[in-house]
Amino acid sequence: MRRAAVLGTGQTQHRSRRTDVSMAGLCREAIDRALTDSDTDWSQIDAVVLGKAPDLFEGVMMPELFLADAIGAAGKPLLRVHTAGSVGGATALVATSLIRAGVHRRVLAVAFEKQSESNAMWALSIQPPFSAPIGAGAGGYFAPHIRSYIRRFGVPEHVGALVAVKDRRNGALNPYAHLRQPDITPESVRSSPMLWDPIRYDETCPSSDGACAVVIGDQAAAESSSDQVAWIRATAMRTEPTSYSGKDHVNPRAGALAARALWAAAGISDPLDEVDVAEIYVPFSWFEPMWLENLGFTGPGQGWKLTEAGETGIGGRLPVNPSGGVLCSNPIGASGLLRFAEAAMQVMGRAGAHQVAGAGTALGHAYGGGSQFFSMWVVGKQP
Amino acid sequence: MSDVAVIGFAAADTSVTTSGVETLVPVFERALGRAGLSRREVDFWCSGSSDYLAGRAFSFVSAVDAIGAVPPITESHVEMDAAWAFYEAYLKIVSGEAETALVYGFGKAGAGDLNRVLALQLDPYTVAPLWPDATSVAALQARLALEAGLFTERDMAVVAARDRAETAEELLTRPYVAAPLRAHDVARLADGAAAVVLAAGDRARHRPSAGDRPAWITGIAHRVDPPGLGERDLTAVPSATAAAADAGLGADVEVVALHAPFTHQELLLRAALGLPDSTRSVAPEGNAMFSAGLSRIGAAATEVMSGRARTAVAHATGGPALQQNLVCVLTGSETV
Amino acid sequence: MTIAFDYTRSLGPVLGRFMAGLRDRRVLGARTSDGRVHVPPLEFDPVTHKPVTDLVEVSGAGTVVSWTWSPHPLEGQPLDRPFGWALIRLDGADTTMIHAVDAGAETRMRTGMRVRARWAADRTGHIRDLACFEPAGSSVGSSAGSSAGSAVGSSAGEAAGEPVRIMVTPIRLHYRHTTSDEEDHYLRALADGRLIGQRCPACRKVYVPPRVCPADGVAPGEVVAVSDRGTVTTFCVVNVPFAGQRLDPPYVVAQVLLDGADIPVPHLILGLDAAQVRMGMRVAAVWRDRAQWSATPENIAHFEPTGEPDAGYESYAEHL
Repeated sequence: MRRAAVLGTGQTQHRSRRTDVSMAGLCREAIDRALTDSDTDWSQIDAVVLGKAPDLFEGVMMPELFLADAIGAAGKPLLRVHTAGSVGGATALVATSLIRAGVHRRVLAVAFEKQSESNAMWALSIQPPFSAPIGAGAGGYFAPHIRSYIRRFGVPEHVGALVAVKDRRNGALNPYAHLRQPDITPESVRSSPMLWDPIRYDETCPSSDGACAVVIGDQAAAESSSDQVAWIRATAMRTEPTSYSGKDHVNPRAGALAARALWAAAGISDPLDEVDVAEIYVPFSWFEPMWLENLGFTGPGQGWKLTEAGETGIGGRLPVNPSGGVLCSNPIGASGLLRFAEAAMQVMGRAGAHQVAGAGTALGHAYGGGSQFFSMWVVGKQP
Repeated sequence: MSDVAVIGFAAADTSVTTSGVETLVPVFERALGRAGLSRREVDFWCSGSSDYLAGRAFSFVSAVDAIGAVPPITESHVEMDAAWAFYEAYLKIVSGEAETALVYGFGKAGAGDLNRVLALQLDPYTVAPLWPDATSVAALQARLALEAGLFTERDMAVVAARDRAETAEELLTRPYVAAPLRAHDVARLADGAAAVVLAAGDRARHRPSAGDRPAWITGIAHRVDPPGLGERDLTAVPSATAAAADAGLGADVEVVALHAPFTHQELLLRAALGLPDSTRSVAPEGNAMFSAGLSRIGAAATEVMSGRARTAVAHATGGPALQQNLVCVLTGSETV
Repeated sequence: MTIAFDYTRSLGPVLGRFMAGLRDRRVLGARTSDGRVHVPPLEFDPVTHKPVTDLVEVSGAGTVVSWTWSPHPLEGQPLDRPFGWALIRLDGADTTMIHAVDAGAETRMRTGMRVRARWAADRTGHIRDLACFEPAGSSVGSSAGSSAGSAVGSSAGEAAGEPVRIMVTPIRLHYRHTTSDEEDHYLRALADGRLIGQRCPACRKVYVPPRVCPADGVAPGEVVAVSDRGTVTTFCVVNVPFAGQRLDPPYVVAQVLLDGADIPVPHLILGLDAAQVRMGMRVAAVWRDRAQWSATPENIAHFEPTGEPDAGYESYAEHL
């Protein structure tokens, strides 16, 4: 298979309401930074892949069409990816395929969400036709599965708060993060309001405006870069239905299978030992231990022990979400691409204050829908 | 570039629900049956659909139920006509990430008022708040072409008469719905779904249970034009011309399946693609929004697979006034 | 089914100034590096890709470059009587914009006709401040608004008011949904106070509501009666208010595995304090008054505890 690499990344200042920019302006803030970071000129971009969650969030049908000029796609191939919450990750993987197929040399992947144009909770509350009107909200979908996880393995109740503290403090090291809370404590998290029991306010992702962009190049483009690039060592994606009889919502088969395929393709036999840093899609704090198990970093029921022991902090055995992750910034459509970009930034040595020392191999991970769409990649200093 | 072929196609021209599940189950079955593959032999699934067509966020998610994705599958989705999902699947095979793929699209345009819904594809600040309906936008394009002398209203009626019992002259006596467009200039609103099966070289060649020959893809490419209706020459379709050049479309192609939602757009496209009058048009099976482009690929491939044509070209469009275009060239012979 | 929301569009520097201009009855265009003036304005130069900063005023009058006629205006469009859509090149602009022309009759529309802006009486910094265009030199369809065609080419710099930050855009769309055969049977049974599932012919699992088996991708088979009693597998307590909500928090949303079904359904657990709901709790449907029944899932108001002993964890562990 042809080699591909991340040449550079860019992201916006993520905020709850970026009322200072239009949708085009938001995308360009991330794109311009990615072009600068990758030392790429507009004329060198062969194609653009745009990822975004539901069109109803912004009230624009296929917004890539009206954005074509502003994002530099006019006259070029433009693809629009939508795979629910995993879309940012899927966007990076489609762009990677364009390179691996040998049709392009440099591809721009961009993902955004401007949640302040509407109200995501409103858009999500539109019932499927003829279904029972059970309004639970976004957290209400995932909270019961977190309860199942706690029950299945007898997990101590304070683990969720530990993740929240770690991620929010990490976010304080990230100048682009929406929530930056250096003074947060386990006590303050546990005294925050219970929203969707067992999920507390401080254990929940914010609603953000933001964008992320990544320039992916072929081997020649990567080798001509004067800076360290992030070689894409392996990619994987898997899908299963939202629900089916016997579905394991705690440890979904699609995520486990994707991870197994990913490690095999990357030649990694012991991920906990061989991966230096992981950017994992954690919209509610409890998903950190759940996904550590799903990804095979630990066995079932063991992920929370890694978290509890502090091994997922910067300086720990497997730093998870040194950027602060989705818990600090959640521009939905871009959240997955941010995970992929942050993983690349780590191995490129460009993560600034949240850099994990000596990171040579990193995981980027995203999931979406009812824990059913998974996309991930492994990037490294070496191909 | 490695060799990839279309080996199966099926379409439906009705859709019960906006989720498409009930429609897709038999469509998958027929497409796979024709390809001589089983569901479990598909390495990569890719689909195209629209939330605004269905009137609900994440509408594509439940369509996955039609696949029976347990154990889990490798799968992706574009919020575009499924012809672009076909492009994504083609690349997955070329890159070596998959050997086989099933691409599907579905849409129930009749659930909402499509003419209004499509206004939301226009600039959300300066155009969409005026709610210009899709037919009126197309009519503005048609008049520009007519007044530039590119063709006549009769030429447009001839295009419509090809699939109708009436003559062009009879059609021309009808009133305008949005001058200079008459009812016959506007594609009938359709619901439905389509599925196309692809395979890499040897997987396409060696299929004991399939009767058709593979339709080999010799080129596929797509481009997008600037969005502003006043920013581009609406009488030319530069993205289609560029995509055709990238796909290696030659003048010797025997049949063409064009995705033209309006008669004048077929005429604009024939010129943009440089198709001679001798190129035979095939009527597509399946014309539903967001699978119409994929159905053109299926129809063109069927001409080749059945042996009725040696070479064929399929085209798909998306966006207002032919903003985005894809061209796929197919052949029955392997020596290209 | 109608979906409607008032979107709040933040505009950024270029569109913000453009909308502020409209509020002042002035049309601004974007001048790009090649000297061309774009109306509506572009935010980024298509040649250099740099942000556009140069806005210039163009005329409120212009020429129709193409047109069509709408005999039956649609919801949301600028006029509620028959009108023309046109691509209009304003004097001083190099591109055209689409807008409505209040010409009164189709016969008055022609390519090359001169038109001028008709301004809305109440202007908020919105594209709809430009109410429509009307044939120049006529007073067809007079309205509360006023017409204007101001001088061309003047600098737009400081004269315009504060840029508009946010523009509210209501979007209302209407959809008609139809049921699948399985949904139809299910809803008809509900109208009789019955719950039914259907068994997948491949995996033999009973799905409630009946549907194409998501594990096997095949249409469901045998119809199976399902109890309106079941077991809470897992749940959450909703304490948070949010848009589109129907109940006042706190309330419990649970996954209920009905006796005879192989997949849980989400529903409300009411009739007890939220803190008392447990995994494994036995519950039964509370049906609304029979007189209110129709073919809808809403016939079941919620679920309440039956008082039976809790189900053992093993009995529902594989449904979590």
